[in-house]
Amino acid sequence: MRNRVLYILFTVACLCIFIQACQSEQEITYARYYVNGKGLYEKYCQNCHAPDGSGLKNLYPPLTDTVYMKDNLGKLACIVKYGLNDTITIGGQVYDSKMPATTELTDIDVTQILVYIGNSFGNKLGTFDMKEVSSQVKECR
Amino acid sequence: MRLLLFIICCILTLQACTSGSQNKKLPILGEREAVETQVKGKTVVDTIYQTVAPFSYLNQDSVRVSNSDFDGRIYVADFFFTSCNTICPQMHRNMLKVYEKFKGNPQVKILSHSIDAKYDVPSRLKKYAGKLGIEGNQWEFVHGSSDSIYNVSAKNYLVAAYEDKTDPQGFVHQGWFILVDKNKHLRGAYDGTKADQVELMINDMQILLDEQGGDAK
Ligand code: HEC
Repeated sequence: MRNRVLYILFTVACLCIFIQACQSEQEITYARYYVNGKGLYEKYCQNCHAPDGSGLKNLYPPLTDTVYMKDNLGKLACIVKYGLNDTITIGGQVYDSKMPATTELTDIDVTQILVYIGNSFGNKLGTFDMKEVSSQVKECR
Repeated sequence: MRLLLFIICCILTLQACTSGSQNKKLPILGEREAVETQVKGKTVVDTIYQTVAPFSYLNQDSVRVSNSDFDGRIYVADFFFTSCNTICPQMHRNMLKVYEKFKGNPQVKILSHSIDAKYDVPSRLKKYAGKLGIEGNQWEFVHGSSDSIYNVSAKNYLVAAYEDKTDPQGFVHQGWFILVDKNKHLRGAYDGTKADQVELMINDMQILLDEQGGDAK
């Protein structure tokens, strides 16, 4: 009887540790993506969208508007890689400049950038999965 | 004891002197030439500094803008193009701070030369200026032939700008902001992509205005 209790306790403890390990694995991945994404953002995006994501007047839209990104979650990967030449409204302002493509970005780059912008400047979109991003990028054109 | 007092006095005077000379004076940049003239029978050596040569361009309103529109004013010159996605957005994000700071001051102008003569016709410059929120003509965005713009950048402002087929965007240019005084002398060059350099320039512009305040033509 006592052995049984010990056994159950042991299994539960193992499970707990296992789950926690998994979780922190995810957290570590997230943190790694976020940091790499910040570097990529500084290299490829910051000129136009500004270090704090505020954009530039009516020329380049801000990334601080949480509504647009949330509503266009499925399109973000394509925008990051292939740019955008559309007329969009963000926070009541109309933007119609052209965002150029950055085709040299790999799927992992795009994922990391999305993790960064999706969780900075007031956005809380959580983590992005590279497999998901890959399949979106394939469908872009 | 006397000696010590003397030394202390000396140090104090010296210190007073150095702190008194904090009124910074901006240097004059570019080529210079010594010219001898006769004044009342004596030979006087004068230094002639490089000045900005005459120019004439179309601005964002398709109005001709020339050097005489800058007479009696200090101004900042730079080189950009509207489809530039490297350093230009950062430069004009910083230039906006300059614009906001001196907005409405008739003694201050900004002159942005497009180096993309083919694409950046006045109507495009107008659109660009509009999106940046620029009204009026305190900040001029000008269009000219490539030859004339590349020539002006190198000769007048000592900034490199030229077409380069190997560059992904087709142009090579530097992000300098050049500060020009009321006598069309070059008085400063600042990295327009760096916020702290532009802060420094705004400071220097104030110094220049104080120095040249009286002789507005
Ligand atoms: C040359 C300037 C430029 C660069 C560089 C640039 N963008 Fe953009 N971006 C724009 C413009 C302009 C738009 C709006 C396009 C339109 O109106 O069709 C835009 C739109 C967006 C949007 C959707 C609208 C919004 O504000 O949420 C996102 C997201 C975005 N950019 C992210 C990025 C990321 C990430 C990078 C770096 C990989 C990047 N951009 C690089 C200019 C730029």
